[in-house]
Amino acid sequence: MKHFKLTTDNSRLSSRDIAENFDDLHPALDGAQAIVEAARCIYCYDAPCMNACPTRIDIPKFIHQIRSGNLDGSAQTILSENIMGGACARACPTEVLCEEVCVVHHTEGAPVKIGELQRHAVDHIMMKGGSHPFSRAPLSGCKLAVIGAGPAGLSFAHRAAMLGHDVVVFEAKPEAGGLNEYGLAGYKMANDFAQAEVEFLLAIGGINIEHGKVLDDNLLLDDLRGAYDAVFIGAGLATARGLGVDGENLAGVGDALEFIENIRVAADKSSVQVGDDVVVIGGGNTAIDAAVQAKCLGACNVTLVYRRGPDAMTATQWERDLATANGVVVHYWASPEAFSGGAKVERAVFSAMRIDDGKLTPSGDSFELPADMVLKAIGQTLNSDIFGEMKLDGGKIAVDAQYQTSLPGVYAGGDCVKSGEDLTVQAVEDGKQAAIAADIMLRAKLKGAAE
Amino acid sequence: MSDLGCIIGGVESINPFWLASAPPSDKKYNVERAFKAGWGGAVWKTLGVDPPVVNVTGRYGVHRTQDRRIIGINNIELISDRPLDVNLREMEEMRREWPDRVIIGSIMAPMDEQAWKSLAIKVANSGVQGIELNLGCPHGMCERGMGSAVGQDPEFVEQTTRWVREVVDIPVFTKLTPNVTDIIVPAAAAKAGGAHAVSLINTVNSVIGIDLDTMAPTPTVDGRGTHGGYCGEAVKPIALHMTAEIARQPETQGLEISAIGGITTWRDAAEFIALGAGAVQVCTAAMLYGFRIVEDMNEGLGAFMRDKGFRSIADFKGKAMAQTVDWNELNINHDLKARIDDEACIECGRCFIACEDTAHQAIRIDAKTDGGRKFTVIDDECVGCNLCMHVCPVKGCITMEAVDTDRPYLTWPEHPKNPLRKVAE
Repeated sequence: MKHFKLTTDNSRLSSRDIAENFDDLHPALDGAQAIVEAARCIYCYDAPCMNACPTRIDIPKFIHQIRSGNLDGSAQTILSENIMGGACARACPTEVLCEEVCVVHHTEGAPVKIGELQRHAVDHIMMKGGSHPFSRAPLSGCKLAVIGAGPAGLSFAHRAAMLGHDVVVFEAKPEAGGLNEYGLAGYKMANDFAQAEVEFLLAIGGINIEHGKVLDDNLLLDDLRGAYDAVFIGAGLATARGLGVDGENLAGVGDALEFIENIRVAADKSSVQVGDDVVVIGGGNTAIDAAVQAKCLGACNVTLVYRRGPDAMTATQWERDLATANGVVVHYWASPEAFSGGAKVERAVFSAMRIDDGKLTPSGDSFELPADMVLKAIGQTLNSDIFGEMKLDGGKIAVDAQYQTSLPGVYAGGDCVKSGEDLTVQAVEDGKQAAIAADIMLRAKLKGAAE
Repeated sequence: MSDLGCIIGGVESINPFWLASAPPSDKKYNVERAFKAGWGGAVWKTLGVDPPVVNVTGRYGVHRTQDRRIIGINNIELISDRPLDVNLREMEEMRREWPDRVIIGSIMAPMDEQAWKSLAIKVANSGVQGIELNLGCPHGMCERGMGSAVGQDPEFVEQTTRWVREVVDIPVFTKLTPNVTDIIVPAAAAKAGGAHAVSLINTVNSVIGIDLDTMAPTPTVDGRGTHGGYCGEAVKPIALHMTAEIARQPETQGLEISAIGGITTWRDAAEFIALGAGAVQVCTAAMLYGFRIVEDMNEGLGAFMRDKGFRSIADFKGKAMAQTVDWNELNINHDLKARIDDEACIECGRCFIACEDTAHQAIRIDAKTDGGRKFTVIDDECVGCNLCMHVCPVKGCITMEAVDTDRPYLTWPEHPKNPLRKVAE
C-alpha cells in the first residue's frame, strides 16, 4: 500500500513532494519480477479470472506468454480483446474483477498480480514502438460516426477501423481519452499514459478525431445519422448530480470530477487549489480518487462522508485502504444537510442516518465539520434532453443485445448505457461489441445492395 | 541418536555425504571449507598425467524451470588444470589435518597401462583412502581417448580397473558413465576387474540450450559451443534407475555403489540408499547453494532415520529393492480410480483439461449453485493413470484410490490376453 507524503502539523508539502505524490501508484514490474509473478499462475482451464473480466481477455494465455518470453504475443492477446489494456491494467479495480476470483488465493493467500502483469506486457509493446500490432481488413467504404472519445468511443472506433470501416470521432474536450484523461486520479495514469494510449490506438489508421464538437450544440444526431452509415454514442454521463441542500452554490463547494479534471490538466500539480479541511461526499471510487488526491496536494484534513454503511459503499476495499492509509477519515451513515459560510464555504452540516424499515432515514442527530472545500462525488446522470425520442432505460440510453438503440443504425455503449458497472473496462467491451454488431449490420446491408 | 556413519567399498566415513569429483573439490581451500561445513569426504577433482589440461572460459550452462530455478547444469570444464604435484601435496595435507574425513583421489589417463599404474601409485602415496577411476567425462577428455571413451568400452573398464587394483592396496572405485545403452555391462566389467565399488552416474552428455540470438549452443566460447556433461536435480531419475539396476541384477548384485546424480536434499540421498547405494556424492547442489547445504542433509537424514527407527545407514540400505521389479511382475488386476476432494478443490480446471485433451475423458464439469465448478471423476472412463493427481496444484486434493476388484494378483506373463502366456502345467 502506497504511503504518500502528507501535510503534518509542522510542515506543508513542497511542490517537489506534490509532484512525487503524483508519480505512478504502482511501480512497474521489471522483467525478472514479471517472470517470477507469472510463474505463480496455475494456467487454469476456462479460467475464473477470464470470465470475471468484462472484456474476456485470455489471462492464462497472456501470462503464459510472459513466462515463455513472448511479450509481443502476450500484449497481442490482451489488446485483441481490450485495446485499452494499458489503462485497464492501471485503473481497473482488479480486486473485484479478475484478481478477486484468482484461484491462487486458495493456494497462496494472495492472487496473481494480473493487473501488473498485464501492464508489463502492454507497456512493452507500447514502449517498443514500431508498427501497430493490428491491421485493417479491406476497406468497406462505410463511414461511421462516434460521439465521445472516451474509452467506449475509442474502443468502438478502433474495432470498426480494424474491421475495415472509416471512423470520425466527435469530442467536446480538447483531448481524447474521456475519463481516462480527465476523470481518474493522476497517480493511476502517471506520465500522461492516457494520451500515449490514444496515440497508440489511433495508429491503426482510419480514425479521425474532431475536437470541440458538443452534442446538441454544434453537433446534431440527426445530421450524423444522415451523413454516416452508423453512429455510436459513447457520450458518458455529463451532468453532475446535485445534492439540493442549502449552501450548495457557495464558493468552495464543487464537483469531485471537476476537481480531478483540474488536477489532470495541470502541468504543475502544486498549482491546483486545495482546501485545508476538505470534505468529500460520496462512496464510490471517484470519491476516493478525490479524497486521496486532496491529501496528495497537501490538504490537512480530508473527511469522506458516505450516507450508508461500509457494506453499501461501491469503492473497493483496496481503494478504501489506500485512503485510510493516507489519513483520509471515512465517516459512514451521514448525509449533508447544509453548507454554510461567508464568501466561501466554512462548514458542512450532516444528518446522521440509519436504516428504518429498510429505508435510509435521518436519525435525528446532526453534526458539523469544518470545511473550506466540499467535493461532491455522488455520480453523474445522462442529459436525456439531447437524445430526443431515443428510448431510455433507468435514466440511461436503452440498447438491445447488439448495443443498438431504439434508433436503427445508432449504437451506444459505455457509462451512458446500462451494461455493467461504470468502468473503463466495461466501456471498452461495450465499444468493441457494438462495433462488431455494427459491422455485421453493415456487411449485411452491403451484401443486400450488391444482390 | 542415529548413526550416520557408513562404510563404502571398505572406506569408513562419518556420514554418507561426499563431494563428488568436480569443480568444488578442485583444491585444498574448497575442500577445507567443505569439511568445516560437515561433509564426510571429498573425491578430489580428477588428476591426469602432467602437463595439466587447459580449460576454456565459458564453462557452465544451465537448465531453468519457468520460475527461473536451476534444475540442471551442463559443464564443459575438463579435469584438474593444476600441476599434479600441487594437488598431491594438498591432498596429503588434508589427509593429515582432517584424519576423520575421507579423501579419494580421482584419476584419468589414456588407455596405457603404465600411465594408469604410475598415476595410481603417485596418488595412493599421498595417503588417500581410495582411488576413483574417472571413466565418464562425456566432453573434451573423450576426444583424447579418455573419460567416457574408456567408460563406454566394457573391456577398457575392466582393464583399467584391473591395472589399478594390481598396483595399489587401497579401495578402488570405478566411476561409470551413464552414456551407455545398458549400465549393467560396464558395471559388470568393473566388477570383473576387481572394483571395490562403482560410482555413478557421471554426467549425461547434453546440449543444454541454444542462444537464439547468436544461434550457438550455451555455454558459448567465442561464438561456438559444444556438448557437455549434464548434472543436477534433473538427472536424478536416470541415476536412480541405474543404481537400482546395478543393485538388483544378478550380474552386478553385491557390487557396492557410491551414488551420484542430482542429490540435493537428505531425501534424495535416502532414496538412493533405499535402492542399494552405500553412500552418495554431491556436486551440483553445492555449486548452486554452497557447502552449507550439507548441514540439512545430515540433520534431515538423521531425523528421518529416527522417525523410521533406523539406527544406521545399513539398516535401510536396499529397503526399496524388493519392491523394484520388472514391469512383467506388476499386478495387472490392481485398479485405481482418481478421487477429487471438493473441499480442497480450487476449481482451476487443470485436471479436466489434462484428462480431456490427453488422457481418457474421465472428468466431468458440473455447474455449482454458487456459480463455481464441480469436477467429478467418471469411474467407468478412469484408467487410474495418475495424470490428474500430478497436474493438480493442490497437494492432496486428488488422490488415487485402490478399488477392490476381488481379482487375484495377475502378471502379464500369466494374462489371458497375452499370446505368449505361460500356462501352468
